[in-house]
Order: sequence, then structure tokens, then C-alpha cells
Amino acid sequence: MSALVECVGLTKCYLNGVPAVANLNLKIEKGHIVGLLGPNGSGKTTLIKMINGLLRPTEGVVLVNGFEPGVETKKCVSYLPERTYLEAQRTVGDMLDFFADFYEDFQKDRALDMLTALNINPKARMKTLSKGTKEKVQLILVMSRDADLFILDEPIAGVDPAARDYIIRTIISNYNPEASVIICTHLISDIENILDDVVFIKQGQIVLQMQVDDIREKHGKTVDAYFREVFAC
Amino acid sequence: MAWELNNDRPIYAQIVEILQLRIISGFYPAGEKLPSVRELAAEAGVNPNTMQKAFMELERSGLIVTMRTSGRVVTEDESMIREIKETIAIAEIENFFKKMREIGFSQEQTLELAKNVYKEEK
Repeated sequence: MSALVECVGLTKCYLNGVPAVANLNLKIEKGHIVGLLGPNGSGKTTLIKMINGLLRPTEGVVLVNGFEPGVETKKCVSYLPERTYLEAQRTVGDMLDFFADFYEDFQKDRALDMLTALNINPKARMKTLSKGTKEKVQLILVMSRDADLFILDEPIAGVDPAARDYIIRTIISNYNPEASVIICTHLISDIENILDDVVFIKQGQIVLQMQVDDIREKHGKTVDAYFREVFAC
Repeated sequence: MAWELNNDRPIYAQIVEILQLRIISGFYPAGEKLPSVRELAAEAGVNPNTMQKAFMELERSGLIVTMRTSGRVVTEDESMIREIKETIAIAEIENFFKKMREIGFSQEQTLELAKNVYKEEK
């Protein structure tokens, strides 16, 4: 079986010449929820941007469903960036229409249900929303697609704990056995129960890819505690 | 019997214990159909694959049976449920005696104290 995401010898150097991602090899299978974890500046966002086709690798390849990032992969990858790009003057409802227009797999009913559950008025203008609410809207848009791969860069950092629980339940109940989710976050303890695997990234390289329960079994620690040990400053 | 999954043991093992407790306590009665993997995973806030793994473990022990038509049900073998219930109770009591020994109580003293506490609670 071919992997959903495959990176081979992936390298990205920025202008300063220091590689942000260095000769990285990674495989992610279908149907897995994967936590991409690493300290600040370890290359998480650079890696994610290459998988999304927002950055071109300096060397190596990344394949999603067998394709290099481009039109084909954008159809099947739903990406939550770390910063919102939604237009401030428009309403939440406009954004839904925008997404429905853009992506064939967008499920507007699902998005409306989630807005209701989180008490967000579709008529509200984006600029009138709080930072956390904006993040919720962005996440709802991203999770309302029937994508093969969801890439969530810090999906819960700005939202309150109650909404976090809701978002985590949303990720689980929207889960389809054929789709995978990559979650990039520092809030490990909040998400570790929903992960299949974790990938530790350090100085642009994968230092560990392991099942959550295997880490707990082998090291007798939660992933959060193990992370603190591996990346101790 | 809420889903308190906060210690550092494997998550599926903690789920197995909670499901086991739900079965022996009658929360899920003998012969009754269980919620789906996805429902329970969402309720517990865990990965569906982890919930699946816990179900498989309980199937192996015979506590859960997969029916071709009606999904997963709790076993109808009530003597088996009783047996597991007893095993768990004994383990709890042994654990309790061990802790009391660490505090410095003999078995007799522990039993005596337990009786007194029980009376007061009544």
C-alpha cells in the first residue's frame, strides 16, 4: 500500500543557508491522526508548507497521494495555517460561500451545524470577532471539507478549553478511516489521546515516529512528559 | 465511570478497564448492544483506532461478542461477568491491604478499623 504522504530526502534552505528541513524522510499512512511535535524553529511549519505546495523544496520530493504538490493535491488537502487569511470586511457566511465555491468537497451543512454548536452568528463580520472566534471559524471551514488529508497548524492554541474539547470531538467524529490528519501543536497533553502516532522533529529532521501507546508502554510516560525529556533545554 | 484518561499508562489499557467496569457494574447489561466505536471514541475524546483496539482486547477475553447482524454486544454469559467482577474486587482489596500495611496496620487492625468506619458511615 502506498503512503498518503511521502517525503524523501526533503530539504529546504532559506536565504541564510541554514537548512530548516534537512534530508527528511517521512511516511504517513491513510487513516492516521498524527501529531507533528517539535520545539520552536524545528522545521514543523516549513515541512507543512512544503506538503501544501506553499514552499518549494530545495532538494528531495514530497508526494501526496502519489502527486507532487499542485492542483491535484490541493483538491484533497485541507490546510489550517497558523495565521488566518480570512478577509476582515466579509461576514462568516460569505466565507462559507467562498469555500463552497473554491472546494468541491466542502460540506456547507456541516459548517453551519458547527457554527451553531459554537454560537457563532453567520451574519457577523470577521473583523467584529475575537481572535479565538476567528480561529474557530477558520477551523470550521477547514474541517468541513471531505479531504483526504487535513493539516492543522496550531488548531487549538487560541481557543478556550471548552471549545478545545468540542474541536477535538469534531476531529474525531468527522474522522473517516481513509483520511489522515496531521496536527502540529505545542499543547501536547490536550491532543495526545486522539493521536495514533507522534512524529518528533528536531533541527529539520525526524528523530522519532512512534505510536502513542507504544511510547507510554516503553517509556512509562505520557507523550507530553516524554517530549519534555527528549527536548529538555 | 467517566473517561478519565490522565495517567501515563497506555490509553487503550485504560479504556479496557473503564469498559470492563461499565460491563461488570451493569451500566452495559449482559446481552446488550454496545455503542459504536466512533460514538464511544467521540465520547471519550480518544482516537477511534485506540477504541477499536480496546474492543478487540475485550473480544479476546470474551466479554464482548461480535454478532454478524447486530454489531457488538456484551456477552450473555453472566457467570463470566461475575467471575471478572470478583477478580477485580479481590485485586482492589489486596491493594487496599497492601496500602494499609504500608501505613502500619496489621490485617486485624485494618478489618477492625474498616468495621468502625462502615458503622459510622451508616
